[in-house]
Amino acid sequence: MAGTIDWVLVKEIISCVFILTGVIFMLIASIGLLRFPDFYIRMSAITKGATLGLGLILLGMGVYFNQPGVMLKVLAIIGFTSITAPVAAHVIGRTAVQNRISFWPKTNLKEFEDYITKEHLEQPINHDKYTEDIKEDIRMEMGGGDDADNG
Amino acid sequence: MKLLLIHIVVAGALIYAYFRQPGALIPYTALSTALLFLLLIIFLWVSSKFYNRSYYRKLPKLFYFLLYFLKELFVANLKIAYDIVTPHYRMQPTLLALPLNAKTDLEISLLANIISLTPGTLSIDISEDRSVLYVHTLYVKHGDVEQLKRSIKDGFERRILELTA
Repeated sequence: MAGTIDWVLVKEIISCVFILTGVIFMLIASIGLLRFPDFYIRMSAITKGATLGLGLILLGMGVYFNQPGVMLKVLAIIGFTSITAPVAAHVIGRTAVQNRISFWPKTNLKEFEDYITKEHLEQPINHDKYTEDIKEDIRMEMGGGDDADNG
Repeated sequence: MKLLLIHIVVAGALIYAYFRQPGALIPYTALSTALLFLLLIIFLWVSSKFYNRSYYRKLPKLFYFLLYFLKELFVANLKIAYDIVTPHYRMQPTLLALPLNAKTDLEISLLANIISLTPGTLSIDISEDRSVLYVHTLYVKHGDVEQLKRSIKDGFERRILELTA
């Protein structure tokens, strides 16, 4: 028994460990999405957990198939997800701040007040900034159309 | 850093050419190919000592940066996972105004991207004169905001500036 190592078994164990760790990270991130108190913390939990989980699951798959072509594609997918996922998170977070989605009451906003006053976000307005912009545009267009008809 | 791309393409082409010929001694698996690739990259890196000194200095730094980033990714993910599965929240969310030393678009976007990718921190916006990055962070040790800022600046920003310099 000693001296002969079953390499197929070793490969399967390694890939199992990768895939299971990835799945557990994703599961925990999903639970976090349900139970964290506010929007920003939830997004923190879900984007990173999902990126790491996806990377580990794909890596486990690459180890299991053990072919250079598959491994190359896996590495490409991991690279591109880890470039694009934080950009999406950043854009969503910024839009949420501009639309005055409220923070968890325990959040320490001391250093952020500067930004809030500069962007004129301090008034507690509930309506959606972009919806208002679109409505304004539509009103302008309608007005222009009416004028053209009258002329 | 353009040289790294060129080296990767060269190494890939060499490996492809090697496995195309019929009597290849090495088995065609992911592990052997990866090892061969690393060997070629190291060989090319050593050879670059004679024609591109800055690349010769920077590649080990890039490697350490990747290792450091992976370590941070795992540690922070475990921290958040612990907070999710235990009943009480240990986090104290804080919005930091992080003063930036990075000046160019590439440096700032790399830094913001890496901050967003590390669990627990999320870059929200940058001030109009590009001097301050606003970061939403979950864990502040002992409520010491300055210490956290220093650790981000020493950990990520300094390394990025060294790499892009």
